[in-house]
Amino acid sequence: MSDRELRVSKIRNGTVIDHVSGGQALNVLSILGIDGSEGLGVSIVMNVPSAQLGKKDVVKVEDRELSQSEVDVLSLIAPEATINIIRDYEVTKKTRVDQPETVTGILSCPNHNCITNGGEPVETKFSIVPDGVRCAYCGTIIRDSIADHIDTE
Amino acid sequence: MRKEHLITATQLSRADIEAVLDRAAEIDADPSAWAEKYETAVLALCFFEPSTRTKMSFDTAMKRLGGTTTDMGGVESSSVKKGESLADTMRVVEGYADAIVLRHPSEGAAQLASEFVDVPVINAGDGAGQHPSQTLLDLYTIREHTGLDDLSIGIMGDLKYGRTVHSLANALTNFDVRQHFISPESLRLPRSVRFDLHESGAQLREHTELDSVLPELDVLYVTRIQRERFPDESEYRAVAGEYRIDAETLEDGKQDLAVMHPLPRVDEIAADVDTLEQARYFEQAHNGIPVRMALLDELLGGVSQ
Repeated sequence: MSDRELRVSKIRNGTVIDHVSGGQALNVLSILGIDGSEGLGVSIVMNVPSAQLGKKDVVKVEDRELSQSEVDVLSLIAPEATINIIRDYEVTKKTRVDQPETVTGILSCPNHNCITNGGEPVETKFSIVPDGVRCAYCGTIIRDSIADHIDTE
Repeated sequence: MRKEHLITATQLSRADIEAVLDRAAEIDADPSAWAEKYETAVLALCFFEPSTRTKMSFDTAMKRLGGTTTDMGGVESSSVKKGESLADTMRVVEGYADAIVLRHPSEGAAQLASEFVDVPVINAGDGAGQHPSQTLLDLYTIREHTGLDDLSIGIMGDLKYGRTVHSLANALTNFDVRQHFISPESLRLPRSVRFDLHESGAQLREHTELDSVLPELDVLYVTRIQRERFPDESEYRAVAGEYRIDAETLEDGKQDLAVMHPLPRVDEIAADVDTLEQARYFEQAHNGIPVRMALLDELLGGVSQ
């Protein structure tokens, strides 16, 4: 996005997550566990034109630098996302999301009979398989609409 | 190679399977030589669902190795009734036993249990998931009958919820076996099992009728189609009737076909099959003792040697 088209002002310090698949910004925040209660400045733009994606979302989080492992899990719903770490209005580091081997505590298992839905003291764990994720406990594979299974509790 | 736990059949290599089956054959040949091997060992039987064969055969297997068992009893009489988590129950039982046999109605229960304890956990059935110790005795029975390579097996019945089916199909990918799956559309193999089979390059074919494939089978593994899988009684009766065999059905099969069933059966194998040479299901159930003795030997690994 050029300056001329800016819909949200630049941030001084923090993280800009760009090239998020259109419509997924709220899920990005959900996965990152950011719901506003932290007091961080958060701005999002949704469904703006993108040469690469058609439509994209952008998420800006002020005063927090997200680590690579925190953002890698975003590859589930925003595989093209780029992460810009901002310090004093300048981009000091720009990376892409990498696919992690496992995703812990982010998704809930859609199999109601899975032991992870039984009130046990464990976090869910999914391994990455081609085109989806797989529950490490019951083996259930999620291929479609992974964002629908984000645990929002 | 020693395994810490037995959770799913996918964790078993050909070498692992052959080691247990070879040991089972040694035990079968001279059971008395094993009668004092694990004299101080205690096996915990934690069955959160009813069981006859699996529980009794693990109980007997441990005792024939010289050890003892401690039984959680039914869920109704246990602390589970008071709302205790499986994780807590397992952490408590770990202190009472050298290994834990667990059956539970939820998929993934044995995996969870194994994360909370240091003693070996044996999955004796987790919901519609896996039942790998049953698979070892199934393989032992098949090996005795036909060998485990260059084999055509038909697996018929409830392939969706049948945990013995899932484990058997996974384990057979270690061998040169053509797997035929015969079931109604609504009870086909679940996506997760299909995924594993494709990943391991298994040769599998799916059918809705037994007739076309029966003549080429060396083994026919029949499972029970349960009433509760269908919305109404009439649909259940119509479907279940299609997957029932009797002596007349088997006339189109090979003379040396082995008919197997994890049991209990209801009426999917007619009583007139019992007296035929092809009937192997009672022998299969009896093999649970030497195979589970061999498995315990593998997992206990010299606790009291």
